[in-house]
Amino acid sequence: MSKYLLNKFLYSVDRDPDLVQLYKDDPAGTVTWWETERANKILNVIDSEESTWLAFTDDERRALSTYDQVALFEMGAHPFLTLTLFIAMFEHDHEPMAYVRAYADRMSHIQMPYPDIST
Amino acid sequence: MAEIAAVIASTHHPFYYKTSLLPVNERPPFADEWISKMTAFKETLTRAKPDVLVMIGSDHFHQLWLDNMPQFLVGKAPWFDANWYNEEREFGLPRLKLRGQEELAAHILRKGLDADFDLAFSNELRIDHSVTCPIIALRPAADLPIVPIYTNIFAPPLPQPRRFVQLGKAIRELVESWDSDQRVAIIGTGHLSLELGGPRQFGEHGPDPHFDRKAVDWIASGDIDGCLAEVTLDSLHEPGNATHGFMDFMLMMGVAGDGIKADYVETVDLFHTMEAYFTWYPNGTPA
Repeated sequence: MSKYLLNKFLYSVDRDPDLVQLYKDDPAGTVTWWETERANKILNVIDSEESTWLAFTDDERRALSTYDQVALFEMGAHPFLTLTLFIAMFEHDHEPMAYVRAYADRMSHIQMPYPDIST
Repeated sequence: MAEIAAVIASTHHPFYYKTSLLPVNERPPFADEWISKMTAFKETLTRAKPDVLVMIGSDHFHQLWLDNMPQFLVGKAPWFDANWYNEEREFGLPRLKLRGQEELAAHILRKGLDADFDLAFSNELRIDHSVTCPIIALRPAADLPIVPIYTNIFAPPLPQPRRFVQLGKAIRELVESWDSDQRVAIIGTGHLSLELGGPRQFGEHGPDPHFDRKAVDWIASGDIDGCLAEVTLDSLHEPGNATHGFMDFMLMMGVAGDGIKADYVETVDLFHTMEAYFTWYPNGTPA
């Protein structure tokens, strides 16, 4: 399991308006493309010096491909990154506050202590 | 030597800017009280007549990332561009460009390193809403040079709470030892209890009002020992999963000093978080 790579996906997509739209339009395709083309790019480093070892597990790929924010939380993905990106994609389809409250309700079964988000 | 014109600690709420721009008849019910208290808070900085602002905040995964994460970082650059696409998108925050005070930044870095704080630095830093929220609320002209200092309250493993207090005390001494006739305000923002991306987010009030009351008392009375006796990296998970941002308040308690009561204290109970505003005048309340 790689909390780092989950976070890297969420971070990379959230900061780029084109990728936010791509992920909203085609989640599974975006995850596949990103894992193939971007997962091993070291930010701030030229392409030829990329990493060689980063890959999602099946569960991680599925959670990202199905917008499963509960699974992402349970895997220890950084909750701020998930929330920010999901708000960008989905909040404007809802009444004010309705989306973020429903987002919390979907996690109401989760007890303290929360999953560790350390990377 | 430089004079500390004011020490200010505050929550940073990215929606204040948008709320403050709404026409009166479109404001939500909580807005009038919030705007009025923030306007009074702003006066506490204006009255201090600062020349330079040391701004303590925390990057929210904008420029600082997990492949290279500093614990404490000082921005040393002639200019700082500010705010990011996703902050415009989510909060409606404007892009800003702020002047840097490189001489003070260099002094803090050199003397901070010599005092055993292994500070990272950045010569090209785009800053985010943890610094721009207080600029927008307290100094909307954005006309003063700044030294931004980022802390890691966001990406564990984090420094211990006592380290935040120690760094705050050091920043106070470093600013006071700067050979300058400038008046420096030290402004830091953090959070009280806060949950983001978890089951307790966006409730009717902050996730832990009991913690918030205690926290406001610690800060207002300068009770560093009482605060350090209760607050640990583990304990901060209990009041809400984003409550480690409280350690920036602890840093500011270090700046203000042991047992030093705040000269100005105000709170606003918003629907999902408590806002809190504190000002100290180390050299007496300005006229």
